[in-house]
Amino acid sequence: MTAKKGLLHWIDERFPLTSTIREHLTEYYAPKNFNFWYYFGSLALLVLVIQIVTGIFLVMHYKPDASLNASGIPVAFASVEYIMREVPGGWFIRYMHSTGASAFFIVVYLHMFRGLLYGSYRKPRELVWIFGVLIFLALMAEAFMGYLLPWGQMSYWGAQVIINLFSAIPVIGPDLSTVIRGDFVVSDATLNRFFSLHVIAVPLVLLLLVAAHIIALHEVGSNNPDGIEIKKKKDANGRPLDGIPFHPYYTVKDIVGVAGFLIVFFAVLFFMPEGGGYFLEYNNFIPADPMVTPPHIAPVWYFTPFYSILRAVTYPLFGIDAKFWGVVAMGAAVIIIAFLPWLDRSPVKSIRYKGPIYKTALTIFVISFFILGYLGVLPPTPGRTLVSQICSVLYFAFFLLMPWYSKIDPCKPEPERVTWK
Amino acid sequence: MSKDQTLDDNRRQLLIATSVVGGAGVVAAAAPFVASLTPSDRARAAGAPAEADVSKLAPGEMMTVEWRGQPVWILRRNEAMLATLEEVEPLLADPNSEKSIQPPYAKNRHRSIKPEYLVVVGICTHLGCSPTPKFAKGEASGISKDWLGGYLCPCHGSHFDLAARVFKSQPAPTNLTVPPHQYLTDTKILIGEDKA
Repeated sequence: MTAKKGLLHWIDERFPLTSTIREHLTEYYAPKNFNFWYYFGSLALLVLVIQIVTGIFLVMHYKPDASLNASGIPVAFASVEYIMREVPGGWFIRYMHSTGASAFFIVVYLHMFRGLLYGSYRKPRELVWIFGVLIFLALMAEAFMGYLLPWGQMSYWGAQVIINLFSAIPVIGPDLSTVIRGDFVVSDATLNRFFSLHVIAVPLVLLLLVAAHIIALHEVGSNNPDGIEIKKKKDANGRPLDGIPFHPYYTVKDIVGVAGFLIVFFAVLFFMPEGGGYFLEYNNFIPADPMVTPPHIAPVWYFTPFYSILRAVTYPLFGIDAKFWGVVAMGAAVIIIAFLPWLDRSPVKSIRYKGPIYKTALTIFVISFFILGYLGVLPPTPGRTLVSQICSVLYFAFFLLMPWYSKIDPCKPEPERVTWK
Repeated sequence: MSKDQTLDDNRRQLLIATSVVGGAGVVAAAAPFVASLTPSDRARAAGAPAEADVSKLAPGEMMTVEWRGQPVWILRRNEAMLATLEEVEPLLADPNSEKSIQPPYAKNRHRSIKPEYLVVVGICTHLGCSPTPKFAKGEASGISKDWLGGYLCPCHGSHFDLAARVFKSQPAPTNLTVPPHQYLTDTKILIGEDKA
C-alpha cells in the first residue's frame, strides 16, 4: 500500500471523501447529449465564486459610512473611488465584481431559459426548479443591496424608490419600510444594514440554496435536450445507456465553456467596464445627494422587466393604491415561475417534441420579456405604459394559460433513446 | 402496550412543556434583534428643527433646506404665480388638500401661512423621489402648451402645481406634505416646529 493510498483510506474511514467524489463526479451519469445551453449551470457557479472572491477583497478597503469626509464627499463613495484609483489592482477587482453582477444575471437568465426550452422543471425535478427560483430571488436581493453600497445617486434614489414600495402595503407598510431603512429616510443606518446583509446573510443563504439545488439535481439526475429519462434504459451494471460520467466528460466540456465565457467577460471588463451605462449607471458616479433626484432614474438592466410590470399597474383596486398592486404584480411575476412544474400539462418535456402552440407561446413570452426590459430603462409616457401593460398581460398569460394550451398542443412522439442534433 | 402508551403520554406532556418554555425563550431572545432594526434613539432625536433665512430669496425663486435628512423647499411666489393657483384647480386631484398632510394653517389654496412663501417637503408622495421645479410656462417648460408652472417628478411623472398640489390621475396619491413651520421674524422661518 502506497503512502497516498494509505492516507486516502485513513480519510475515507473518517469522512466520505471517495464516495462523495464518486457520487457527484466520477460516477454521476449525465446524459451524453448535452448541448450549448448546458454551459450556463456551471458558469453560474463560476460567477458565484468570482463574486465571493472579489467581494472578500473589496470588503478589505470599502467603508460603509454615509457621513461626509473632510472634502464633503460621503465616506462610502470616497472609499469606492479609493479602491478604483489608489488600491493597487483595486480597479480590476472592483470591475470584476460589478461586471460579475451583470454576468451573473445574463448566465442565470440563460440557465432558466434552458429550463423552459427542455422542460427541466417537470417531474421529478420540481424541487430542483423551486430551489432555482429561490436562488433567483436571493440573487435579486443580493444585487439590490449591493447596488446601494457605492452610495452614488442611483444607489440612493433606487433604494429610496424600492423601499418606498413596501410602504404601499396596507396597515403595516409605513412601519415596515422604516424597519427596512432603520431610519425615517435612507441613511447611514440603511447603508450599514445593507452592507451586513449583502456581505454575510444573503451570500450564506445563496450558498445553502446552491448546495440544495445541486444535491436535488444529483438525486434525480440531469434532464437533457430530448427531455427523456436516461435512467429508464440501463446496462447490466445499472448504468444508464445514454449516460456518461460527469468527470472527466463534462468537466472537460465545461472548461471550454469557461474559457469562452472568460474571453467575453474580460473583454467587457477591459474595454467597456461600465457596460455602456447599463452595468454601472452614469448617475452612480455622482455622490448620493438626498436633496436632489437625478433627472432620470432607472434600475439596473436585470431588474427592468420586473420594474416595467410594477409601473404597468396604474389602476387602484378594492380601495387600495395602484402602487400596492404594482408591488403585488412584480412579486407575482417572479413567484409564478416556481409553479411551472404544475402549470405545464404537455405529454412531452422538450421543445423538440412540443407543438406549434408552445413554440408560439414561448416566442411571445420572450419578446414580451425583452420589451418590458427595454421599457424599464426609459422614462414612462402614456404610450409606453400601454405597451408595458400589454406585455405584462402576455407575460402572465404564458404561465396562467399554460394548463390549457400545453394540453391541446399537438406534440410529436418522444424517441426511446437520446438523439444527436 | 397500553401501559407504555400512558407512560409516553406523561413524557410527551413534559416534552411539550419544555418545548413551549424553550419557544418562549427563543421569542424573547428575538425581541432585541427585531428592536435593533428599528430607528435608533439617535435617529429618532435627529428631528431637530431647521432655520431658514429667506431675506435673499427673490420673488419667483426657490431655496432648499435640509430637515430630517429630507429636502424642504421654500418657494417665494410672485403675483403671476399666485394667480395660477385658482385657474389650475379644476385639473387637481385634491385642490382643497382634504386627503393631504399639512398643518391646519396651511390647509388653504396657497397651502402656506403667507401666500407669498410656500414651505413644503420636496419628496413625492408616490415613491419618494424629489420632484424637479418646472416654473416656466407653456412650451418652454417642455411639458405642455397650457402648463402654468409647478413641479414634475422625474421618476414616475407626477405633476404638481405651484402650491405642490397634485394633478388628476397621476401616480402620486396626494399633494406634497407641508411640514409644521413658523415665522421667527419676517425673513426667518423655523421648519419642524410651530406655535401650537
